[in-house]
Amino acid sequence: MSILVDKNTRLVVQGITGNAGTFHTQQCVEYGTNVVAGVTPGKGGLKWENSVPICNTVNEAVQQHGANTSVIYVPPPFAADSILESIDAGIELIVCITEGIPVQDMAEVRHRLNQSSVNTRLIGPNCPGIITPGQCKIGIMPGYIHKEGRVGVVSRSGTLTYEAVWQLTQKGLGQSTCIGIGGDPINGTSQKDAVQLFNEDPDTDAIIMIGEIGGSAEEEACKYIKAHVSKPIAGFIAGASAPKGRTMGHAGAIISESGAGTAEAKFEAMEEAGVKIAKNPSKIADALMTCYSG
Amino acid sequence: MNIHEYQAKELLDQYKVPIPKGISANDEASIDSAIAQLDSENLIVVKAQIHAGGRGKGTFTDGYKGGVQLCDSPEKAKSAGLAMLGNHLVTKQTGPQGRKVQTLYFTEGSAIDHEYYLAVVLDRESAQTVIIASTEGGMDIEAVAEKTPEKIIRVPVSLDMGLKPHHCRLIAFKLGFTGKQVKELSNILNGLYRLAIEKNAELIEINPLVTNQEGTLVALDAKVSFDSNALYKNPDIAELRDTNEEDPKEVEASAYNLNYIALEGNIACMVNGAGLAMATMDIIKSYGGEPANFLDVGGSANEEQVTAAFKIILSDPNVKGILVNIFGGIMKCDIIARGIVSAAKNVSLSVPLVVRLEGTNVEAGKKILKESGLELTSADSLAEAAEIITQKVTA
Repeated sequence: MSILVDKNTRLVVQGITGNAGTFHTQQCVEYGTNVVAGVTPGKGGLKWENSVPICNTVNEAVQQHGANTSVIYVPPPFAADSILESIDAGIELIVCITEGIPVQDMAEVRHRLNQSSVNTRLIGPNCPGIITPGQCKIGIMPGYIHKEGRVGVVSRSGTLTYEAVWQLTQKGLGQSTCIGIGGDPINGTSQKDAVQLFNEDPDTDAIIMIGEIGGSAEEEACKYIKAHVSKPIAGFIAGASAPKGRTMGHAGAIISESGAGTAEAKFEAMEEAGVKIAKNPSKIADALMTCYSG
Repeated sequence: MNIHEYQAKELLDQYKVPIPKGISANDEASIDSAIAQLDSENLIVVKAQIHAGGRGKGTFTDGYKGGVQLCDSPEKAKSAGLAMLGNHLVTKQTGPQGRKVQTLYFTEGSAIDHEYYLAVVLDRESAQTVIIASTEGGMDIEAVAEKTPEKIIRVPVSLDMGLKPHHCRLIAFKLGFTGKQVKELSNILNGLYRLAIEKNAELIEINPLVTNQEGTLVALDAKVSFDSNALYKNPDIAELRDTNEEDPKEVEASAYNLNYIALEGNIACMVNGAGLAMATMDIIKSYGGEPANFLDVGGSANEEQVTAAFKIILSDPNVKGILVNIFGGIMKCDIIARGIVSAAKNVSLSVPLVVRLEGTNVEAGKKILKESGLELTSADSLAEAAEIITQKVTA
């Protein structure tokens, strides 16, 4: 029915007592996510909102409460360390919402994730999170725009994903799982990783991939799509009108002075791989529909 | 974050990378003092300090040619400096309006035997530091990489091991250095690598690194940029920011934690989220309009930030219409609506405004706008909003 998260997910919230942590944990609990613990160092033994046990460490949350997934709302100077803490505690899936982590810190995290002894998957950072509609919402996306179904959505953006999901829902197309992989240049799960998970998921029938200018994540995904994906797949790239050499809000969204990472090149790679492209961001769901009619 | 060449050279000096003697100046008195401190037997190089490449081949808006001047006397150096100071330098990277030169850098000239290229980059794709070197220095390295990729040396440095002597030897011998030059290059590489790691530099580029007539290695030019997200670790680096080099509207926006980039068009946009903000610019363009800016108000903007955002986009005289596109997630539509109403009270709104709200608290938001009595058009979808604002502006 989904990938990575479902009703069996046992979530620990790192930074549960902060403003963002508290607000979004309330939203996730309301949605039905099973939040088994929170972590705020020094507040171990207390209860968050009189319900969720607070631990001093992620290790404690795993040992005592059986947490298998973590979400991070910790401020940027401490966020990379929080990711490493979850890896060491044996968490299977980490979702890092935090924006503004230094690139060098993320390089260390990637180095750790790449070690053969590590079996953890990271989503983000600088992302809205992941949701399997009707089962589990981890992150900051508004729950009500989603609908249970069989379209997998992967995106580097937050609100642009909501835009695409809302288009799908309004057309009656539900989603199996929606993943925001985040707008940072160094992240955990790539476009290609997410597309592969959807391709191998028997309960996902179609895929939407939303990219942005900068880097080559979409091109890498397209190589995989061309070789392996026969499910209907549609996509959009944001930033066709962006100037060269400027960072467009997301640290990873930059066309280099030499002109690498343009929307044009990414659209071309998608077409070449058989992805139905939407040139207009309000027609993303329509592009997917053409896979069925054509 | 970018810094000036003279600031980069001071950092190189701290990390024991050899540079020609140089002094910065920003008025006539400091020009005199800078020139007096340099060896008058030598050529003096006068360099305009702006955050853009191609200075040497640039032209000033008053017709004066060259943002880098080689002068054979102190008098000529002074008159070159005075001609540049306060003048606007146009290069291939500045756009036609150019950049105002507010600081000059006077350095002693070096007799050059050969020019090399050297860079330390935090490579985003491989998530590690990479040293890039070439015997083809002094020119556009991207052109070299395209035409003669075999002349580019790339050496990745593993994060947990750091830079090792064998990395330095490999680069030195590939560049054709011999004898004491191998040791010199090794010292330079160690300095650059330490600077990159300790100060969170994303790019350190020495172009050119030269050998002088004695065969000694010297860093003749330097470009350094830092990870803006890591400035909290290095307050000394944060102080090197020169807001004169940024668009005043962008500086104002950054004070309110807004992500704003000024563009050339006439349709301003205000959006939450970077991806949606880019997509909004794209759709304006696809309907034949031109976006005046990129503006991401972020995920959790308050009323004050929204008001500030509104004032900033309206301070651009080119703006002939405004498109607000909000997909409320964390951001609640009623907060955006209150910000718009409050801003409209403060500034006289003389251009058409189209607002598209969707998501959290959308009904409350629409109600606030409707009851405010503001003259605006509500749109139900992104496509409709873009179509209406382009029609209004181009009509």
